[in-house]
Amino acid sequence: MLGKLSWSSLPLDQPIPLVAGSSILLLGLALVVWVVVKGYVPYLWREWITSVDHKRIGVMYCVLALLMLLRGFVDAIMMRSQQAIAYQSPGYLPPEHFNQIFSAHGTIMIFFGAMPFMIGLMNFVVPLQLGVRDIAFPRLNSIGFWLTASGALLVNASLLIGEFARTGWLPYPPLSELQYSPDVGVDYYLWAIQISGLGTLMTGVNLVTTILKTRAPGMSYLRMPMFCWTALATNLLIVAAFPILTATLAMLTLDRYLGFHFFTNSGGGNMMMFINLIWAWGHPEVYVLVLPAFGVFSEIISTFSSKPLFGYRSMVIATMFICIVSFTVWLHHFFTMGAGADVNGAFGIATSIIAVGTGVKIYNWMFTMYGGRIRYETPMLWSVGFLVTFTIGGMSGVLLAVPPADFALHNSLFLVAHFHNVIIGGVLFGAFAAMTFWFPKAFGFRLDERWGKWAFWLAFIGFYVTFVPLYITGLEGMTRRLQHIEVAAWYPWLLVSAAGIVIMMAGAAAQLIQLIVSIRNREALRDETGDPWNGRSLEWATPSPPPAFNFAVLPDVREQEPYWAIKQRAIEQQDLGPAPTYQPIGMPENSSVGFVTAAFTTVLGFALIWQIWWLVIVGLVAGFVLFVIFTWMDPQEREISAEDVAVADRRRRSAREAWLAQQGEAS
Amino acid sequence: MSEADLFAGREDPYRVGRGGGNAKGATGHGEGGPSPKKTVASYGFWIFLLSDIIMFSAFFATYAVLVIRTAGGPTGAELFEQPRTAAETACLLFSSFTAGMAAVAAKREQVAASEIWLLATGVLGVGFLFLELGEFASLIAQGAGPQRSAFLSAFFALVGCHGLHVFGGLLWLGTMMAQILVKGFRPQIQRRLACFNLFWHALDIVWIAIFTLVYLMGIKH
Repeated sequence: MLGKLSWSSLPLDQPIPLVAGSSILLLGLALVVWVVVKGYVPYLWREWITSVDHKRIGVMYCVLALLMLLRGFVDAIMMRSQQAIAYQSPGYLPPEHFNQIFSAHGTIMIFFGAMPFMIGLMNFVVPLQLGVRDIAFPRLNSIGFWLTASGALLVNASLLIGEFARTGWLPYPPLSELQYSPDVGVDYYLWAIQISGLGTLMTGVNLVTTILKTRAPGMSYLRMPMFCWTALATNLLIVAAFPILTATLAMLTLDRYLGFHFFTNSGGGNMMMFINLIWAWGHPEVYVLVLPAFGVFSEIISTFSSKPLFGYRSMVIATMFICIVSFTVWLHHFFTMGAGADVNGAFGIATSIIAVGTGVKIYNWMFTMYGGRIRYETPMLWSVGFLVTFTIGGMSGVLLAVPPADFALHNSLFLVAHFHNVIIGGVLFGAFAAMTFWFPKAFGFRLDERWGKWAFWLAFIGFYVTFVPLYITGLEGMTRRLQHIEVAAWYPWLLVSAAGIVIMMAGAAAQLIQLIVSIRNREALRDETGDPWNGRSLEWATPSPPPAFNFAVLPDVREQEPYWAIKQRAIEQQDLGPAPTYQPIGMPENSSVGFVTAAFTTVLGFALIWQIWWLVIVGLVAGFVLFVIFTWMDPQEREISAEDVAVADRRRRSAREAWLAQQGEAS
Repeated sequence: MSEADLFAGREDPYRVGRGGGNAKGATGHGEGGPSPKKTVASYGFWIFLLSDIIMFSAFFATYAVLVIRTAGGPTGAELFEQPRTAAETACLLFSSFTAGMAAVAAKREQVAASEIWLLATGVLGVGFLFLELGEFASLIAQGAGPQRSAFLSAFFALVGCHGLHVFGGLLWLGTMMAQILVKGFRPQIQRRLACFNLFWHALDIVWIAIFTLVYLMGIKH
């Protein structure tokens, strides 16, 4: 009746997951009760859950990502503390639990932390920068987000019901085959990633179409802001790479559920094929993560240096170069497979070449700063921290790209230090820079500067104290994923690393305090003009937060930094220009399709993980019925009257006029 | 975008995606403003289809690696029946023709003709699936199921994945026929029908690859 599910699936004999899982559950329940009691449900349902507004969906993606980053960070703290304790002792985490923690850490950080944050940013920013009112397919966007949330829910359910994979963040066979992983851990991984991967693919299709087909009049390709270019490259990578992940995980699922022989030892299976396929997705995936961050830094460095981006066209070329070449380097993840010197050599060279694209970008950012009037506010601090950190991480990557060096260093903590160096220094710094930069646009007030600076310096220093020791132990031969250690030479470094993570914890706390302090002081931090940083692209032309329709009248773009040009014209002429004639605007009506779909995929995923077959059949049939119902309902549009549009825009114009008068007095 | 935007591109069909906004003299560098909804819907669906084809290519690559790994079991040459495959191919190719005729009828907004052509498409699709399931059943009955060898795993996954797509397409087809009957040819229905047609033809292209790489080349082994 309940498949593999029974009372023994609950971790009643394992205190750590029991306490952690129950406290998350209780916290979640308490939150739900609080929301219901306070009567916030209708508001949440109307304004957020069923919203198809790209800005709201973008914010929800980022909130989900921040929660998951915290969850993944707790895993990281547990691993660091375990390794600091477990010198010639078993520590406090038994091996089977430790293995789940490093698997969950990687899975959650990549799939549910870093990626949703970047997708959320692109969702929020891209239509605003392109000067349009919405994304190409608003309802599909909502489905995409809720599928990601559904996957995240399944991964976290594994904490309390059953167990998570013990295979690492990529379930390499034969360990992940039924024979060696008979429990539901790998199944949780497979279905959670399939469901959220489907959501990611939908968003990828959506954003590619948005960028290529819906831009403001006059916004030619070479007038798009750099962030839109990197978003285009990212989403092309999603569209081209995620289907490979879907196929690969489907094959492993068939192996596990129906006894197929894709990757098994017996029956002619080929396990190296899994590793090839998964990295054919996995390498483009790292650029899916980092390219949007490159876009963020391009925007921030140019804004805070008060200069246009240096070498815009070379930046575009470098971005598209990375986009394509990222598909030709996957084998460097397993040089030790034994493909032979010629194959390894070719992939080693390709890997070194892809660093050229990033090198071009680093120089462009530095030349953007050169001769600029630089303001070191929090977003800029993260950006400069990124330039330094990412360059170091990139160089250790080029070192690993040399096959003979890789034979010595692969699977060591040197590798772990390398990819954390680029992912924390690149993606995470980018996420935090972007959060500080665009927070006023999303919520109408800036984040507290003092706590932002604390957060940066603690994260920056904490990062080096945590990971430089791992480079050193890696060079001394320490392999990754060790539950306990016996080598005395490594031990002091692991203690330093544990101290580093304490500093990073303080950094994370500073971020939370920053949020709380800023919300409390929001009146003092209010952004009246909609342009708190003296920005250059079109999102700053809207009020903060922007109205549902973004732009009262679609902007007419004539140059590469349209908003900067509009501002300069206005300052020169001391006039905003004539008020446009306002017309009514049709916007898509809210839709519950995303939330309902995700509710079904969560139940269906759970049924598939635990092999509750009747529920699977019910879920599939109900899914088809839902499809028929939702496609039968015509998508409604609500019309915003010309009067309402005019009222909103006049408010914006009067704020701008006040600003303009100030500028006039100053000059 | 308003309903009027939907037809904005129609005045000049050869400037697809360029003439939607307020810039009539667009240069082709994408300065024409947002495209009409009709273009955006099909364009997005094209992107999805490309990603779907990439998924199939992963299955094709896997098949190419595993085709020789028969683990002492039967090979393609021993298993594949040419007449059945020919009949399947005929069904699917002819259904693409009928789907195309349905699209022509839909463009002229002829309800009865579209419904008949769509029904023909559906019947041919069902015929294809019937033949394919027959093949699978007979293979499994001979002890040549997907658990027998890596080659058969890859075969069942690749061909079965295509079959699942056809099945999904048939469900979609049924709902489209009902929608046309009840709602007539609204712009929204026309957009969906265009996407369905793209999907159906894409499945045909994938089948041609399967027919060539799996069945025709398989017989040689």
